[in-house]
Amino acid sequence: MRSETIQPSKEMGKLVFKNKKNHMLDKIVPILLFLCAALSIVTTIGIVITLISETYQFFQQVPIMDYLFGTKWSPLITPTSFGVLPLLSGTFMITVIACLVAIPLGLASAIYLSEYAPKTVRKIIKPILEVLAGVPTIVYGYFALSLITPLIRTIFPDMGVFNALSAGIVVGIMIIPMVCSLSEDAMSAVPRSLRDGAYALGATRFEVALKIVVPAALSGIVASAVLAFSRAIGETMIVTVAAGATPKLTGNPLESIQTMTAYIVQVSLGDTPHGSIEYGTIFAVGMTLFVITFLLNILAQYVARRFREEY
Amino acid sequence: MSLLEEDTGRKQIAQRRRMDFILHILFVICTSIGVLALMALMVDIIMDGIMRFAPDLFTNYPSRRASQAGMKSAIVGSLYMLLIMAPLSFILGVGAAIFLEEYAKKNRLTRLIQLNISTLAGVPSIVYGILGLTLFVRGLALERSLLSGALTMTLLVLPIIIVSAQEAIRAVPKARRDASFALGATKWQTVSRSVMPSALPGVLTGVILALSRAIGETAPLVMIGGLTYVAFLPESILDSFTVMPIQIYNWISRPNEAFHELAAAGIIVLLIMLLLMNFAAILLRNKYQKNV
Repeated sequence: MRSETIQPSKEMGKLVFKNKKNHMLDKIVPILLFLCAALSIVTTIGIVITLISETYQFFQQVPIMDYLFGTKWSPLITPTSFGVLPLLSGTFMITVIACLVAIPLGLASAIYLSEYAPKTVRKIIKPILEVLAGVPTIVYGYFALSLITPLIRTIFPDMGVFNALSAGIVVGIMIIPMVCSLSEDAMSAVPRSLRDGAYALGATRFEVALKIVVPAALSGIVASAVLAFSRAIGETMIVTVAAGATPKLTGNPLESIQTMTAYIVQVSLGDTPHGSIEYGTIFAVGMTLFVITFLLNILAQYVARRFREEY
Repeated sequence: MSLLEEDTGRKQIAQRRRMDFILHILFVICTSIGVLALMALMVDIIMDGIMRFAPDLFTNYPSRRASQAGMKSAIVGSLYMLLIMAPLSFILGVGAAIFLEEYAKKNRLTRLIQLNISTLAGVPSIVYGILGLTLFVRGLALERSLLSGALTMTLLVLPIIIVSAQEAIRAVPKARRDASFALGATKWQTVSRSVMPSALPGVLTGVILALSRAIGETAPLVMIGGLTYVAFLPESILDSFTVMPIQIYNWISRPNEAFHELAAAGIIVLLIMLLLMNFAAILLRNKYQKNV
């Protein structure tokens, strides 16, 4: 025993070495992990710098006022014109149609799942909605073109193959699951006691749902609607496939339009030389898209936090 | 109470009950529209594509003639992309999640990173395409290559992976960490040998779901890969490429009906792949729930 304590054995030497190794690991690892986390900041900075620098160059050649308030968008055909309003109106029309579909249906589904549905039904419906959320957007694009458009054409026979209505409806179907699951989360956070109180006063189920649960969960519901709006604005493939490529200022959903996202895809498909003014339009439009969705996402987070009722 | 009052009271209750019934039906109808839409989508695609869902689709390269076209290069391209992305996004995403959950002090920088991640998750995918085009295709001169595409998609799925991995790590009970520290383990030993093994199934579920989103993502890859005609298998990560969604988009955008059938068949392949990945994620999740 004694000799072991005096003379450090090989085993102990290993232990000391191991501790040193662990000590080093404990210093290096946090730095490496921090770098992983910091990558997200770098990504954001990358996006912002990319968009700003190229957009700045674009606005050296095109006056910013012409861009923001111009009513004609034809950057690829001479005489060129760079008014973004037609793209904005196209995007806006798709988004409004999509929200008209998604918000009522998503909210109704959420109320049904959270207040009415028996457990077994919930167990079937929720995975189905999850699948619906996981279907790639290009698949929805095909769906719009091959099924919804012909269906609408039976009602409006003069409607073209590419139109805002069909694309908007399908974008709406795509975001139903998002509205539904976010609103349902908000509703299930409403405490049981509030419902029980209303039931004890003799309220029916729809009264509990619409007068107690929905108002209590309103911040979450509004946030989900804002997020749905933002998601519809950023949706790309459905509108590229089904809404056409004709930027125009129109209020008629049966016409072909072009959204900001679809325009970016259209230009990047062609062989646009780097540094040309056409190439710059990608960034100006991308910047516009980024700023709008960014503001909407911030708004959604603000609404969810600021107006949340704590119980 | 007079008889008359009692009568109106009863009428009112009957009316409210009727209202409840009507709304119940309405809610059921609204919910089933989502379900019906999914069924319509599946039926539509299977009816259109089942005839072309044949070995040719897997063994032939894209072709100008619809009768001979296949998506071999696209299927292989998608698999290669997954192979590059999976380790990259796993290491970076899980690393960031570990940092935020286990190491980060609750200061302004941490809050900023956290807020930034949730903001990034809401950025439209096409914007990542613009970033990839500038940063990887032009900036690092990787051209329209498999690597450019995989790096862009990694950035795209990272926020999703980080958030789900954080949830999985947070679900590990604190007692597990305390027990490890009590045995004299260092921080990293605790994290790597006690916390992570316990959180791993949850983390993997999140990674698989994020990758399954990446495999169906079209817009950013169309920007980076273009609709190039790829009649070969990529041999290095710097070769040009195509993936399944790009090939499907290519076929959809042709006016010829025969190509639309091909697109539907391609979609069937894509959906089967997604289904398999989701199935794996569900299996993992079930195993995870049993353990806790």
